[in-house]
Amino acid sequence: MEPVIRFRSAVALVGPFPVLAGVDLDVYPSEIVLLEGANGAGKTSILRACAGLLRVVAGEARVLGRDLVADPRSVRRRVGLLGHSTALYDDLTVADNLDFAVRASGGERSGVAPAMARLGLTGRLPASRVASLSAGQRRRVALAVLVARDPELWLLDEPHAGLDADNRDLLDALVTDAVGRGRTVLLASHERHRAHALAGRIVTVAGGATDPSVPDRRVRDAGGPLGFGPRSDAPGPEPGVSHVA
Amino acid sequence: MWRDALLVAGKDLRVEARSRVTTNQVVPYALLVLLLFGFAFDQDRPVLAAVGPGLFWVAVLLCCLLAVQRSFSLESSDGARDGLRLSGLDGGGVFLGKAAAIAVQLVVLEAVLAFGVVVLFGTHLADPLLLVSTCVLATAGLAAAGTVYGVMSAGLRVRETLLPLLLLPVVAPVLLGATQAWLAAAGVVAGSGWRWLSLLAAFAAIYLTLGVLAFGTLLEDV
Repeated sequence: MEPVIRFRSAVALVGPFPVLAGVDLDVYPSEIVLLEGANGAGKTSILRACAGLLRVVAGEARVLGRDLVADPRSVRRRVGLLGHSTALYDDLTVADNLDFAVRASGGERSGVAPAMARLGLTGRLPASRVASLSAGQRRRVALAVLVARDPELWLLDEPHAGLDADNRDLLDALVTDAVGRGRTVLLASHERHRAHALAGRIVTVAGGATDPSVPDRRVRDAGGPLGFGPRSDAPGPEPGVSHVA
Repeated sequence: MWRDALLVAGKDLRVEARSRVTTNQVVPYALLVLLLFGFAFDQDRPVLAAVGPGLFWVAVLLCCLLAVQRSFSLESSDGARDGLRLSGLDGGGVFLGKAAAIAVQLVVLEAVLAFGVVVLFGTHLADPLLLVSTCVLATAGLAAAGTVYGVMSAGLRVRETLLPLLLLPVVAPVLLGATQAWLAAAGVVAGSGWRWLSLLAAFAAIYLTLGVLAFGTLLEDV
């Protein structure tokens, strides 16, 4: 089976500095893979490289079958990135922001209303300016954009940050629903308890690279605690690339 | 590309309509600039009437800087630029959309400023066709060049000071051509003002083409 993400010795630079210095990573369809590592290890850079926002200059980087070394833009409409920032316009309303984000990425407007309803953005919230929202509400709007777009690959960078307990539960449910629909999720989170419960596999990142000294850990197989894990027919990573503990 | 341009222009204009920065801040600023010019030349009313077209276009240039900075500050807040890149919108379409939104704001400003130079300076504006044609071409050139240099400076910490430094020398031909055309329309200088329109048209064509071709790359690299 073709991996959704396939990185081999991937190197990316920001200015003269290598932020990725040899990443080897395979992520297969319908997997939830957690990137773990200390601050500055390179987790966010891996997510941005997968989204085509950070150019991989050496090695191999393929996402959804597209060669990101040759053309990082080619994959963007098929991935969704929930990052530290929300990418929302303060002066637009919640509904305007969703409408623009979905239409700009070639999606259908019909997905906006159900996404708002799912994230509890109802009542006066759709007509409220984003500038007037709390940090948690902004996070929910950004999440609603992701749900309305429903991309093939979800890239989540500290997705639980800023959310209360109920909305963290909702986020976890959205992720498991997405995987159930055949989506693939790569996330980075310091919320160990929640992230471990969510992920099917854990990859350790250190110094801008996947750490070969720490084997990948398979948290659970398909049908794990949340009902979703790596597909049972997904091949394991290549020997020497990652290992399942 | 055209669909993307309409989408981006609609978004930028909706942001302006909701924030009212243009109507509540830039328009009063433009009128204030005209008033200050008026104070500086007040003792010589004929001179004021004669230099009115030049002062008009200097005020438009200053407002253009504000409009461009505002347009790109929208994209630099809270990762909006990454959102725009991630959407996969066509670079040329984003350029045309942002330039069109800036142009619409400039047209509104020019209408207010033209009224201002007539009332405050006593400038006699004749030949409306020449005036409007000049405004259309000069606005297209200013918006296009402003958008190109706006994206170049947008990712930098020194963008507020760098943008005027980059943009003002580049748009000097627009200031020259538009002012000369308006001076001819006002009867201050002899000769046809229409010949200056070819300069304005060439400037607009160059920067519109450059923007459509290069904006996507500039959005990525800066």
